[in-house]
Amino acid sequence: MELLRQQFFNIDVMVQAWPLILRGLGMTALLCLAVIPLGLLGGLAVAVASLSRSRLLRWTAKGFIDLFRALPPLVVLILLYSGLPFAGLRLTPFAAVCLAFLLNSSCFYGEIYRAGIESVGRGQWEAARSTGLSAAQTFTSVILPQAVRNVVPDLVSNTVEVVKLTSIASVVSFTEMLYAADMARSVTFNTSPIVLAAAIYLVILWPAVRLMSRFEHRVAA
Amino acid sequence: MTGFERFAESFFNPTLIGRYWPEIVSGMLITVEIALAVVATGIMLGFGLACVRSYRVLPLNAFIVVFVDVFRALPPLVLILILYFGLPNIGLNLSAFTVLWLVLSLVLAAFAEEILWAGILSVRKGQWDAARSTGLGFGQTLVSVILPQAVRLAIPPLTNRTIAITKNTALGSVIGVSEVIYQAQSAVSFSGNATPLMMAAIGYLLIFAPVVALGSFIERRFAWRRA
Repeated sequence: MELLRQQFFNIDVMVQAWPLILRGLGMTALLCLAVIPLGLLGGLAVAVASLSRSRLLRWTAKGFIDLFRALPPLVVLILLYSGLPFAGLRLTPFAAVCLAFLLNSSCFYGEIYRAGIESVGRGQWEAARSTGLSAAQTFTSVILPQAVRNVVPDLVSNTVEVVKLTSIASVVSFTEMLYAADMARSVTFNTSPIVLAAAIYLVILWPAVRLMSRFEHRVAA
Repeated sequence: MTGFERFAESFFNPTLIGRYWPEIVSGMLITVEIALAVVATGIMLGFGLACVRSYRVLPLNAFIVVFVDVFRALPPLVLILILYFGLPNIGLNLSAFTVLWLVLSLVLAAFAEEILWAGILSVRKGQWDAARSTGLGFGQTLVSVILPQAVRLAIPPLTNRTIAITKNTALGSVIGVSEVIYQAQSAVSFSGNATPLMMAAIGYLLIFAPVVALGSFIERRFAWRRA
């Protein structure tokens, strides 16, 4: 029991690792600020393309979605980070992570928006167009607000997944929280820094997870 | 050499494809093996927990809720590193394969429990009352009346979640499980060429594209609303 405490919940080691992990947390936050908006915007583009009248756009979007639903995000990241240099393009870890997340999460956000847009009745389009709004105006001021409201729980749940996923940036040595914690672990030969990082993830994400359960059960009840 | 030839040479080099395909295929087999093991144990454990939860024993349910929340909130890679590097120091030596299987199973169990529980809650109270009044016991009602309806509602979200979690088998490469991307990365460092990476990408597509297609099919097939 004492061994367990020493190895996983060692306060001294945690205190030592704290500044490093805090800096990592800052980088994780920065990364989230970059990749969540990227995914939300990219997803919107994917959704619009997959519902477009042009067959070419629709099929491109479908191919894109199927491709990135089948590839694990870590694999996409490694392909970009260690594959692209062979084509003469060397990305920084941050750029590689942003691009990998843009590709991966646009496809998931895109599917969510699409479900939302499809849930808005056809009559809304017709009514809006008949008041003289253009197609673009109808989409942005009538359809999209209702669509987004219908899928807020899914958007929240996917965003939680994106935040959790930022931990894979450690694999391409981007110095986010897990990277910092793992560095502290390898210096101290003690797992407590990673447990501390886990605790921080938990503090940040637990409220969102609770909120999701609330949503799910309310929909169910 | 033209630009295209150079591109083909670094990304689709036939000699290297010939040399490394056995490694990539053995990596694919390991990926499939872990994925199947995770799906089997994760879903079984998740369903078990959801059934236990419906007995509404307070301390048990508190434990289940905490377990589910923790495993839904933590990134799997964090759990993998904690178990892989922490357990040997307290005298518990698990192989990288076992750690990966254990973590992903627990994560899938947490999500599966939550999804099935939402399904169980959505079955109307009247179904319970009607079944109990015909003389069925609590367990019988749960198994023969409630679960068949709950599972039906749970299948589309569960399929999506299961696919997302089995794709996390790639995280095993971080702790040295010799699955596809791990094999590819070591082949890249030996050959100084990106061809093994492209082979790995194709390997993943061969494994997961049919699964994703099956997932979409199941989703359409079970898109079913309660009357």
